[in-house]
Amino acid sequence: MNSQLTRREMLKAQAAGIAAAAAGMTAPAVAQPVAGGVSALEIKWSKAPCRFCGTGCGVMVGVKEGQVVATHGDMQAEVNRGLNCVKGYFLSKIMYGADRLTTPLLRKKNGVYDKDGEFEAVSWDEAFDVMADKCKQVLREKGPTAVGMFGSGQWTIFEGYAATKLMRAGLRSNNLDPNARHCMASAAYAFMRTFGMDEPMGCYDDFEHADAFVLWGSNMAEMHPILWTRVADRRLGHPHVRCAVLSTFTHRSMDLADIPIIFRPGTDLAILNYIANHIITTGRVHEDFVRNHTVFVKGATDIGYGLRPEHPLEQKATGAGDPGKTEPIDFDAFKRFVSEYTLDKVAKLSGVEPDFLEELAELYADPAKKVMSLWTMGFNQHVRGVWANQMLYNVHLLTGKISEPGNSPFSLTGQPSACGTAREVGTFAHRLPADMTVTNPEHRAHAEDIWKVPHGLIPDQPGYHAVLQDRMLKDGRLNWYWIQVNNNLQAAPNTGNETYPGYRNPDNFVVVSDAYPTVTAVNADLILPAAMWVEKEGAYGNAERRTHVWHQLVQAPGEARSDLWQLVEFSKRFTTDEVWPAEILEANPGYRGKTLFDVLFQNGNVDQFPLTEINAEFENQEAKDFGFYLQKGLFEEYARFGRGHGHDLAPYDTYHEVRGLRWPVVDGQETRWRYREGLDPYVKPGEGVKFYGNPDGKARIIAVPYEPPAESPDGEYDLWLVTGRVLEHWHSGSMTMRVPELYRAFPAAVCFMNADDARKRGLNQGAEVKIVSRRGEIRTRIETRGRNRMPKGVIFVPWFDASELINKTTLDATDPISKQTDFKKCAVKVISAA
Amino acid sequence: MRGQGHLRRVTRRHVFIAALGVAAISTVSVALAQMGNQLLGDVPFTESPKPAPLPKWVVDDVRRMRAYPDQPPVIPHSIEGYQLSVNTNRCLSCHKREFTEGSGAPMISVTHYITRDGQMLADVSPRRYFCTACHVPQATNQPLVGNKFKDMSEMGVEHAGDE
Repeated sequence: MNSQLTRREMLKAQAAGIAAAAAGMTAPAVAQPVAGGVSALEIKWSKAPCRFCGTGCGVMVGVKEGQVVATHGDMQAEVNRGLNCVKGYFLSKIMYGADRLTTPLLRKKNGVYDKDGEFEAVSWDEAFDVMADKCKQVLREKGPTAVGMFGSGQWTIFEGYAATKLMRAGLRSNNLDPNARHCMASAAYAFMRTFGMDEPMGCYDDFEHADAFVLWGSNMAEMHPILWTRVADRRLGHPHVRCAVLSTFTHRSMDLADIPIIFRPGTDLAILNYIANHIITTGRVHEDFVRNHTVFVKGATDIGYGLRPEHPLEQKATGAGDPGKTEPIDFDAFKRFVSEYTLDKVAKLSGVEPDFLEELAELYADPAKKVMSLWTMGFNQHVRGVWANQMLYNVHLLTGKISEPGNSPFSLTGQPSACGTAREVGTFAHRLPADMTVTNPEHRAHAEDIWKVPHGLIPDQPGYHAVLQDRMLKDGRLNWYWIQVNNNLQAAPNTGNETYPGYRNPDNFVVVSDAYPTVTAVNADLILPAAMWVEKEGAYGNAERRTHVWHQLVQAPGEARSDLWQLVEFSKRFTTDEVWPAEILEANPGYRGKTLFDVLFQNGNVDQFPLTEINAEFENQEAKDFGFYLQKGLFEEYARFGRGHGHDLAPYDTYHEVRGLRWPVVDGQETRWRYREGLDPYVKPGEGVKFYGNPDGKARIIAVPYEPPAESPDGEYDLWLVTGRVLEHWHSGSMTMRVPELYRAFPAAVCFMNADDARKRGLNQGAEVKIVSRRGEIRTRIETRGRNRMPKGVIFVPWFDASELINKTTLDATDPISKQTDFKKCAVKVISAA
Repeated sequence: MRGQGHLRRVTRRHVFIAALGVAAISTVSVALAQMGNQLLGDVPFTESPKPAPLPKWVVDDVRRMRAYPDQPPVIPHSIEGYQLSVNTNRCLSCHKREFTEGSGAPMISVTHYITRDGQMLADVSPRRYFCTACHVPQATNQPLVGNKFKDMSEMGVEHAGDE
């Protein structure tokens, strides 16, 4: 220590310095141990939502010298109250992977674009020139149905909204779909079919009110860890609380389960009908509720598997023509329908102990228990995903356990703005903002009015959905394709046969906007470097209808620009005369000679807020470049769709002040529970409960059967393959694999397998194997221990690892109603690769 | 101040890029191939690379410095076979306050005693019960891609006693 301050003295002095600064005093120089003063230690803290899952945790982001240096859970964020999961705690590092893309890269040979060329750095001008040329050429030759865009539930609200305007009103194509199609389309369709309105009626406050939690195909302990802390808090802190976990294998969420249920893949449908049957036969139907607030319908059956139409399974399916069809029935018909789902029969079919099934059914049937049901991909990535979602609503509706604190069927989401952007903005191939659809002429006209564009512009047919986009690219019918904020070549099903060939099809021009060179990016023709997360101002909407907004906190590296900037800047390359039909322009000559930028973004709405309205403490690259407060303009124009229609958003500036608000926000108040008088301002006094999304104010209870998966194990392909995620990596790993601590926590994908299954095949722990399906194969290693314990006959392989592309083996079967892929059920074999 | 800091950073990067050489543009394709393939294992999409062996875990019990004060410490020992369920929490059998004298393990942070409503409990708060949501072991693997994250202590801070 000698002449230096001792460590203890230094700490004391430092503490005094901090205290002095906090009290607004200047400490005397002699007591100041930090050269440069305490200000040299200061970090500028700002709020932002987490970049990863749909939970929507609030984080505080610390910036120093233009770089994010730390993040921690936001104490003021209602969602997480100071906690983050391991991914959230490492957000600081996601933007700093050494291979960030910093300049546009175009495949070139001899100085010009060539599909078979090598990537060369080009300017934004050259990139957009080539991109616009290709687009115009395709539009001239084949029309708007040959151009398309694949977006994301990670798009900010502004980005999704700009994309939907550019595609539908600008280029006149509905071939716009988000990767959220792979993620929660089944949930969205089920909401619309049951309640006439998308997204949960409840919210996360239900966690603190429920007496029982039931997880249906969700491993929240790993995939929604912060919501899991709220479940754990409730379960461990209140001895009467029970937790049931249903899955096709044992995972970390089972650690908290009082009722652990491992069922045979696909038989959750039968279990749901058994529960409905149990409620009815034990006389626990909430008759008043059912009479006043529900109607019964019967769904079409034998609806196929969303495979290509020529597939034998589709040829055979009698109901595949109109899979979404329903017809009215009454309670007695429903009762008869579910009566065949007896305990005995369902126990045999599902392989679950009858006692567990009965205990589970009682959680719902017991009128004294408030139940929160939670689900994610187990339900949604399911060839009968819409049914599964609806069958669970059946159970909640039969017992009236809905729309009140603690009684809550709750659909979780996997992406930070799956709700906010994909669903609320409506970036699905069939949707417009605020639950409207492109097939409804009034909805189209309303959108055209708000957008101030001529009537008749928005095409009236739904565009290609995610899986269909891949098929159409491969078949050469979709030729110009822009991918933003997703890694579809790693994420899509059956990629080797249905996705990759389309990207490399010589007839197609494929553009990928991303922050990192993903598998998808390096197999595209043009790569656009993207600004990410707090490198731009943004807005996300989480799973509980919470909209939250953040400021740009740092600059993106090099030439990287946000997806928003890219969409808006690109719109300048087109004139209405080039892309709109002559008859529309003849009828609306005022639009002639304008660029798409003029008519979509400089339309008097989007450009109405000047730069002076931006908080001077923060950068705003896009606003600076375009000359107006672009994000606020887009948000306020977009908010007009929902205000007064049950989707009310607060004024934009409010969101910069608060930790998010749950819509509908009416008179400055957020809505925590919808459809119930006293909790939801849209339900009038005396109405009690009103499912006002449907014109009759009633929810639908649907009679649908158990139907088997598209592909089940047989003599040769003798194992079920389930894919999914792990805690430490998010989606395709493009961010988390670049954070050293997260990479080291789970460096490579493995094949989780039952030890007996492994032994039977002569495979040891760590053995190198091939996983082979009828579609393709990958190589990986056997893991018989670890966090997942597999039943015999089922393997689990996570999909985050770009060196083990498990989606080469998966099947592109979808729910025929939602068009969402079933990533949880296909048949494979595992053989030694040694 | 932020602006100045930013400028300094950009300038440094420009210098770095210039130093890389004039041939930068023409080698972008090569560089990209390398970058993209770091995670792909240097193999085209249509092929399947040989998988890395199962990871070896860091088990030296040496504490690792945190990248920033808020970072949950990583686990420098094996947790294979640890039970972490409603009834048992093996981690707490060493890291709980009452056991640290005997185990020599670091005590769980004081934050872990605080409830969702900000009150201190006599034992770990149930919301913090599942340790592995934040604390993870580390494999010995070298990262596939570098990370340019900079420690805040390297930024313009001259510490007393440094000289």
